[in-house]
Amino acid sequence: MGNSNDLEMLKKTKFQRFGINFVAFFKSIPQKFKNLGLAIWGGLKKLFWGFVNFFKTIGLTFWHGDWKTKVSYFVMGFGSIARGQWLRGILFLLFEVVFFVYMICFGGSYFSQLYILGTKEQIIDEATGAIVQQGDNSFNILLYGVLSLFFIVAFIYTWYLNIKQNKIAEEILKDEKRLDTAKDDLRAIVDKNFHKTLLALPTLGIVIFTILPIFFMVLVAFTDYDKQHALLFGWVGLDNFKQIFTWTAGGKSFSATFGQILLWTLVWAFFATFTNYFLGMLVAMLINKKGIKLKKLWRTVLVFSIAIPQFISILYVSQMFATDGLINGLFDGIARLFGNNNFQPIDFWGDPWLARITVIIINIWIGVPYLMLVVTGILMNIPADLYESANIDGASAWQQYSKITLPYMLFVTGPYLLTSFTGNMNNFNVIYLLTGGGPINTEMYGNAGSTDLLITWLYSLAVNEADYKFAAVIGIMVFIVVAVVSLVVYNIIPSTKNEEEFQ
Amino acid sequence: MATEKHSMSMSKKRTIVNTLSYIVLGLISIIWILPFIFLVLQSFRCENTGIVNYVFPKSFGFDNYIYLFSAETNFLQWYFNTFIIALFVCVLQTIMQFMMSYTLSRFRFKLRKPLMNVMLVLGMFPGFLTMIVLYQVLKTIGLTGDNAVPGLILVSVASSGMGYYVSKGFLDTLPKSLDEAATVDGATKFQIFYKVILPLCKPILIYTVLTSFMGPWGDYIFASVIAIGSETGLNVAAGLYTWLSAAMISDNFTHFCAGGVIVAIPVMVLFMFLQKYYVEGVTGGAVKG
Repeated sequence: MGNSNDLEMLKKTKFQRFGINFVAFFKSIPQKFKNLGLAIWGGLKKLFWGFVNFFKTIGLTFWHGDWKTKVSYFVMGFGSIARGQWLRGILFLLFEVVFFVYMICFGGSYFSQLYILGTKEQIIDEATGAIVQQGDNSFNILLYGVLSLFFIVAFIYTWYLNIKQNKIAEEILKDEKRLDTAKDDLRAIVDKNFHKTLLALPTLGIVIFTILPIFFMVLVAFTDYDKQHALLFGWVGLDNFKQIFTWTAGGKSFSATFGQILLWTLVWAFFATFTNYFLGMLVAMLINKKGIKLKKLWRTVLVFSIAIPQFISILYVSQMFATDGLINGLFDGIARLFGNNNFQPIDFWGDPWLARITVIIINIWIGVPYLMLVVTGILMNIPADLYESANIDGASAWQQYSKITLPYMLFVTGPYLLTSFTGNMNNFNVIYLLTGGGPINTEMYGNAGSTDLLITWLYSLAVNEADYKFAAVIGIMVFIVVAVVSLVVYNIIPSTKNEEEFQ
Repeated sequence: MATEKHSMSMSKKRTIVNTLSYIVLGLISIIWILPFIFLVLQSFRCENTGIVNYVFPKSFGFDNYIYLFSAETNFLQWYFNTFIIALFVCVLQTIMQFMMSYTLSRFRFKLRKPLMNVMLVLGMFPGFLTMIVLYQVLKTIGLTGDNAVPGLILVSVASSGMGYYVSKGFLDTLPKSLDEAATVDGATKFQIFYKVILPLCKPILIYTVLTSFMGPWGDYIFASVIAIGSETGLNVAAGLYTWLSAAMISDNFTHFCAGGVIVAIPVMVLFMFLQKYYVEGVTGGAVKG
């Protein structure tokens, strides 16, 4: 959209504008792809020149360097130690020693089998139950192979740093300046390099406990790792992904189940987000209304329900809705009051649609207090004079809400709505503790249930069915869906675009 | 006359609206409070340990609480496990998160944007995906099953740097001029961190400690996997969940209620005391996204 029709845009209603933005987003997709292509091309070019530079530095430094530098190519950190920067030098050397010890004693053999993940089947003598032949453990091969791969990349990078160190040190000495001593290095830890000090531990944790496992699981999606292949599994290429798109009618097809669960996940996320959002806003406005007394009491009542650990309230409420639970008891009592002594209890968790609706309603009970808190803080920030002038102009309550409150709220909480949508897509606790994914649908693959979200299905596939390959595929699909939703919404919502509108 | 009549009807209208508002608020309060009152009432029920469809127990008593503290169950063990986990996690996670958010907020370095983007992308993967691998790894070093407590602490703390958003939002509001003034006075980066910024961060630190202390009390997904197959390694969430399985619920429903009350009390007291900080953190976090 050009700037020329800004005025025309302002004449339109919010919904029309939203529609135009929506269409414009899809119209701009080809352009976006072009930009993406250009960005990738640019990235590739940069990568290529990076590689050229990498080898140039290595070559030239070796060629021009003195003997200390040359030895450093084989004994990392030698140059630094020889020039008096012993702290850095020792660290480099230590890293090299650890790396080679690890690779020779442990990682190397795993790494070399990474391409096939083991060949020897474990053979058990059926009569005695004793293991006749110790088979290969594909899980360990894949895990330590990946670990070795990470280690190798880290080693190459450190080796390169070590060479660059030598180059820099030589240049500094040539200019007859002073090199940083070990004391300087130590001081830099709390001063010049303090950000690296602070980041070291958190990023190490993320690399080992998030990046490595996710990388591993992405690889598992390309193998046949499941209950039948618990010890020895191999690469199967894209077979698991093909399963998502090969539709087999009837039976327990993976594709049909996946489609159904994905649809419910999106429907659930939509309702869970927006029912909470609007009802939470309503409650907050009610409490903040002029003339309402005991504001603090009402708020505390709701906050009280946040204070109780969620699993207790969810599990308890789930039992309230059981066939012999309190809600049915209440209905029974009401029925008796009207002379019906033959009340049939409602099976809230037995019927697919009833279970889905109940889950959404209970989620309102769970989420509204939290939204109330969020909204209250923002409501107080809306400039009061906006309402005063609206009052003078004789605007009705509904007009004030739809013209002032709602646009302001949507603008400020746009990104929050997005994160809560994706958060609800992965809302394990509410679904799993309320229904466990049930009622189980016998038509579906892997004992999936009618209220299962992708994330709870992933959980039961992994924990109950040991179907790791499909668990990994679902994990990747969740990632793709979340990424696409985030990308689309982020491009449409006004908060990220017209930042000046309310300032 | 006419204006008086007008204002009369206005004030009448206002009273009606206000009365309606009070009725709605009263209803809301009842709906949100009632389940917890039921929970407490059922925890005192003695005549039957299963689910019933009435609220008021026919015989009141402390049987369920006595059961929890007896040697018949592992409830105290679960409670102790959860408390230890919560204690470690709230300290370590606060440190990790604060280090990450402080760096991303106060420093500008070459890898800052890439680092934030990588964490954003990683956050789009379901967190549980990593559990499948981490379980096997923890199993080989013996931190699963009965020894799940250190394993759970490790898993909860290690990647917690990724949850830096709320405290970074807070740190971004502290003016840059503070750092600059301190630099002019010759302070090192560490001194700025420790002496200038840290004292100002009390609200956000309390918020982080509070939320990360409350997290482990409600964590089912990780605990149920890491402590799989163990009776004594569970936390309260995974432990009490087993009591509601189809096979056990008729003997244990009121025990669950009593356990729920005992779990909720310390968390609730702490929360009510620190409510102010929680509300600040939640609203701040939502606005900044």
